[in-house]
Amino acid sequence: MDSRQKSRLKAGLTAALPIVIGYIPIAMAFGLLAKATGISLLDSFLFSAVVFAGASQFMALNLLQAGVACSEIVLATLLMNFRHFLMSASLTPRLEKKKSKWLPLVAFGITDESFSVASTRGEKLTVPFLLALQFSAYFSWLGGTVLGYLLGAILPTAIKSSMGIALYAMFVAILLPEAKKSAKVSILAFTAGAAHFLLASLKLLPSGWNLILAIILAAGLGAVCFKEEEKEVTA
Amino acid sequence: MKSYLMLILCMGLVTYLPRLLPLITLSHLSLPPIVERFLLCIPYAALGALIVPGVFQATPDLPIAAWVGIGIAIFFSWLKGSLILPVLSSVVATFLVILIWQG
Repeated sequence: MDSRQKSRLKAGLTAALPIVIGYIPIAMAFGLLAKATGISLLDSFLFSAVVFAGASQFMALNLLQAGVACSEIVLATLLMNFRHFLMSASLTPRLEKKKSKWLPLVAFGITDESFSVASTRGEKLTVPFLLALQFSAYFSWLGGTVLGYLLGAILPTAIKSSMGIALYAMFVAILLPEAKKSAKVSILAFTAGAAHFLLASLKLLPSGWNLILAIILAAGLGAVCFKEEEKEVTA
Repeated sequence: MKSYLMLILCMGLVTYLPRLLPLITLSHLSLPPIVERFLLCIPYAALGALIVPGVFQATPDLPIAAWVGIGIAIFFSWLKGSLILPVLSSVVATFLVILIWQG
């Protein structure tokens, strides 16, 4: 490995830190809840290791407890995680090299959080950077799940419930500096947030759709309205 | 205990495919400018939609705690563009509000 690769790996590890801080407590909550739902330690671990998508893992626990059929849970999961289709597509123009045998692994690591951190860096993305970022997040998610399963019950509730804010704080901290620099970013984020709020309040659609629709709506409007400034985002 | 292996594998598959397909197919195509602009707008739209309205339910038992926490995050990320400080300070602030309220 040459020194450039090494510094990219290191940059990825550093960039992953806030995600790790956010993931561990949430994964612990998942482990704890999985145990309470009557799922074995091995299966709880496999949920995190194979699915690696927080919201849908929590949803699966909910639905299992409610006695919903597995086929329906799979369908709901598809719907909920389809947003990663948009994120995966959005990563492609940002990749430094379009062809790499590692892309299937990079794809596996796409989450809301790693995508948000990676795609707002304002530089071309390299495979070592992405893998270091994503797999630090992955292993903290796995570790947190097992930790929560084994000793989540002894943590005070005040600590557990205060951790729920961590990832939102991270999203805000990613968004604000960008929004400060560019009115376009503010408009995009505000439009999507407002649309999601509206759609979620109306409750017309399954919740997985609301997020996807809000993103498509805002980004679609952005693609049509902001023609001149495009360099600002690509740079 | 019941084994959920089949469920886990199926959930894994329907989660992985949407992550995989665009990345390996789109990278071989050259996209029309409007599609490329759409894709480049997605991160900021996604951030907005990920924050709102979810943040309002971040601490369902005590919404004020989430408000304070996110306020602190906004303050520190506006001041200085790092991620760790806003995340940590926001968790601590949320924790303190919950603690005081329960106190």
